[in-house]
Amino acid sequence: MRVFTAAFAIASGLIVLLGYFFPIQPLSQLRLILTDWAIVIAGFSVLIGIFNLIAVQMEKIRTRQKGSVYGALLVVSLIFTFGIGLLLGPEDPFMRLAVDAVIVPAEAALMAILAVTLIYASIRLLRRRVDLMSVLFLLVAVLFLLAIMPTPFGPIPGDQLILDVAGMFSRGGARGLLIGIALGTLLTGLRVLFGIDRPYGGN
Amino acid sequence: MIALGVLVFAAVLLLALTLWRRRSPAILRRIDAYDRLNREVGLAVEDGTRLHISLGRGNLFTSRGGSALAGLAMLRRIAERTSVSDRPPIVTSGDAALTILSQDTSQSGYRAAGAEEQFRVSAGRMTGLSPFAYAAGTIPIARDENVSANILIGDLGAESGLVAEAADRQDSSLIAASDNLSAQSIFYASAQDPLIGEELFAAGAYVGAGASHEASLQVQDVLRWLVILAILGGAALKFIGFNF
Repeated sequence: MRVFTAAFAIASGLIVLLGYFFPIQPLSQLRLILTDWAIVIAGFSVLIGIFNLIAVQMEKIRTRQKGSVYGALLVVSLIFTFGIGLLLGPEDPFMRLAVDAVIVPAEAALMAILAVTLIYASIRLLRRRVDLMSVLFLLVAVLFLLAIMPTPFGPIPGDQLILDVAGMFSRGGARGLLIGIALGTLLTGLRVLFGIDRPYGGN
Repeated sequence: MIALGVLVFAAVLLLALTLWRRRSPAILRRIDAYDRLNREVGLAVEDGTRLHISLGRGNLFTSRGGSALAGLAMLRRIAERTSVSDRPPIVTSGDAALTILSQDTSQSGYRAAGAEEQFRVSAGRMTGLSPFAYAAGTIPIARDENVSANILIGDLGAESGLVAEAADRQDSSLIAASDNLSAQSIFYASAQDPLIGEELFAAGAYVGAGASHEASLQVQDVLRWLVILAILGGAALKFIGFNF
């Protein structure tokens, strides 16, 4: 069975890749069919993922673990929202309210907490690692903030110079990092394509 | 055609170097974060504590899936090494397909170690589908599940700052890498030993996942030099007035 899954995965990957580079029949047709199948399977995997979420929370409630009250709240809310969504559809005003009045404010609050958390982490950085790179990292971050922040007196003097000079180095560095990540992604994809790494059925 | 050429070149080089590395293993440069990772895996088994491995939200339909696959390769090896532990690692992710793959990969690790009966499906968890829902669902695991080390490797965004903060509050180790630049800068400030850029993809090689992972690193080095030469060559040609 494991050999079959590996053979099927490798063949599917090769067909999709060849269909991308050589848009000729039947490769491009097969590529579209396989991509459609993958989208359907991904849709079902969301349902399995939600079932997993419920199962983990139910286990928490059953064994009365810490935070099980929140787990119960999550399961009840999830089932309620899912049921209403099925009955009324995602465009119903009530469903929109669930998003606009619950999910958006909760996520905005977490984002606000994140801002404070990041400032705190930056302050602790020098306690954790005192080296040239850490100092430079903090210095550039502070300079950027000063250059882009709105002040009652307008832009600070030299803001454009800071953005140009520091931006030039940071853009160059970011591109270097992204090229490295792209190469890593390419090699990881090749390992999966050749069946060397098999996250779908074990090596 | 250039893309196809690069792909074929990388593929041939990968296969050739994998065969070579099987005979003579590579000597890898020291990366502090991976030293820490290997130490934490051993300590977790000895202390009876847990590892929390977070694979992020990398959708396998996008280019972000690459980092998730790299995380899965590392997970396979860690699951094998911790299969004797009383407390198996908990794997969290913010993508449903990735959750299923993480369960399957963990099971493979246990099977390879001959301890498949120890495997629990509930060790692979989806904690939320949106970035902050994922972070909110992951924080209680880092806080309440007797976790000694948090390994965050995959497609994580700025929300991972909240998970890093939760790990810090518990005094547990944090080994973190992401393909996202915002998350990398957050981890630079939060983690004891930050992993930058493509170091994320070296995880498999450093946990002993096999010759192919070591060969991947070498191919990346070769391709990186080619990219550098192409950039310098392009700049030089442009400088002398050659338009392309």
